[in-house]
Amino acid sequence: MEQKLMKGNEAIAEAAIRAGLKFYAGYPITPQTELPEYLAKHMEKSGGTFIQAESEISAINMVYGAAGAGIRAMTSSSSPGISLKQEGISYIVGSELPCVIVNVMRTGPGLGGIHPSQSDYFQAVKGGGHGDYKMLVLAPNSVQEMYDFTIDAFDIADKYRNPVMILADGILGQMMEAVNLYTPATEKFDKSWATTGTYKKRKHNIINSLYIKPEESETLNKRLQAKYKIMAQNEQRVEIINPDADIMLVAFGIVARVAKQVLDDAKSQNLSVGLIRPLTVWPFPSKAFKTAAKAYLTIELNSGQMVEDVRLEVNGRAPVHFLGKMGGKVLTVDDIMAKLKQIAGA
Amino acid sequence: MPLKFKKPDSLTDIAMHYCPGCTHGIIHRLVANAIDTLGIEGKTVGIASVGCSVFAYNYFTCDMQQASHGRAPAVATGVKRSLPDRIVFTYQGDGDLAAIGTAEIVHAAARGENITVIFVNNAIYGMTGGQMAPTTLNGQVTLTSPYGRRQQEGHPVRMSEMLSTLDGARYIERVSVHNPAHIIKAGKSIIKAFEMQLRGEGFSMIEVLSTCPTNLKMSPVKALKWVENNMIPFYPLGIIKDGSVKV
Repeated sequence: MEQKLMKGNEAIAEAAIRAGLKFYAGYPITPQTELPEYLAKHMEKSGGTFIQAESEISAINMVYGAAGAGIRAMTSSSSPGISLKQEGISYIVGSELPCVIVNVMRTGPGLGGIHPSQSDYFQAVKGGGHGDYKMLVLAPNSVQEMYDFTIDAFDIADKYRNPVMILADGILGQMMEAVNLYTPATEKFDKSWATTGTYKKRKHNIINSLYIKPEESETLNKRLQAKYKIMAQNEQRVEIINPDADIMLVAFGIVARVAKQVLDDAKSQNLSVGLIRPLTVWPFPSKAFKTAAKAYLTIELNSGQMVEDVRLEVNGRAPVHFLGKMGGKVLTVDDIMAKLKQIAGA
Repeated sequence: MPLKFKKPDSLTDIAMHYCPGCTHGIIHRLVANAIDTLGIEGKTVGIASVGCSVFAYNYFTCDMQQASHGRAPAVATGVKRSLPDRIVFTYQGDGDLAAIGTAEIVHAAARGENITVIFVNNAIYGMTGGQMAPTTLNGQVTLTSPYGRRQQEGHPVRMSEMLSTLDGARYIERVSVHNPAHIIKAGKSIIKAFEMQLRGEGFSMIEVLSTCPTNLKMSPVKALKWVENNMIPFYPLGIIKDGSVKV
């Protein structure tokens, strides 16, 4: 298998091309800019279209048009730019179009900073735009996973006709690791709903999210919620290490990489510690929380967002602690060990 | 007796929701007639916008997408670049194109997207009930310019002239539907714009001066006169830019 040293942002771009990406529109913003740069260079060769749009708003609406035309489409940005895309994402959900959206998170609120963060968790998993909706949200923690999850994202999006988000952060986007490159077998999905021209052989297709009659709007919403129920049943992904441990760490993305180091240190200090790492943060991997742990420690690069989902799953059976870091610095092994010792009463 | 006039094949049988006297129906017919004339119904994709024409997707028999407010040129770009041999048009009102969607129309024109834009300018917001539009005339009273449009409300924007300065814009013409002669002329201009797209010549826009009798609070006939006497002096009719290949 071909191996290459790549930045996380580049790995997403390469994977997308190999997954059959034929339309990309985006706008430069740190720390994801290598992604459009890579596509600008390589997409034309694969017969795709790359557009540097005039804004993130325009970019997501171009993706709406391309996805509605039945081809694989993607946009990417970092936190403030993802905020700008929210109306468009809501329209894409409402019109049941498949696409992939990448958020390489930086700090907020406002212009924030360009350092890594996980403070867009709520925005990604609870909706973000207007209306009742969900995106399937994949949370990689390595450059290889940036690649693998991107390949999967296009199939999941097509399967459910729903946008899929890759939720990464500035470190994952910028760091370089060796990546195994491969080209997936392309699965065929029915796209008879796409606006490709009637050629007078069928009634016109309409891509739309406007349902002015309450009954029709209710029907759409019920259909979406039924779809999310199926997605929640079928698409949960999680990595669990030491499921029988006394204290379970819960972490996603780059923080989970730090957490894995913590497991080694904890063992040498006779602490029984495990890790639950959601690979999908929506649907949240509820099945992973059927443990006999005496306590949970959720660690995040924010003020405490995923911890709310952990508390819902644990539902009072054990205390759920939180350790967070805001502003762009990353939690260290020492930070987490200190908190673990405090919880363990050691 | 031979049939002299009929509904274009490219319009569905669904009853339009437009108010009595509104000229959207005429403009829909002109667009559908252009599609019929060129025989492109099967490979055309239309983009409806937000405003009174939001339901345009129900009225044309070709495939349709409904865009969020102002973003029709971006959506059209996504469709056209994905399916370059299809014919793609947007149908947008003045609020959609000249206010909230200013960036999208400017940059679609700047990129020279090979699409056709039908820009319906009636100088008022119709769908929301008569508020000031970017094209509302100086001094014109609306619900959000109750003292008449003044300096502080901003001056009306001549989009066609503005866009004509862009190298990517190939054909821009302003027409009107205030009388039968002008309706016929407008229809020819719309056909020309679609023909240019068929030849791959790039961005074209037909601005159509239109009426909203309901929100102008005039009879349909008076509203047509108002276009002639008030709009046309500010928005002169004619070809503003013609970079078409002479055929």
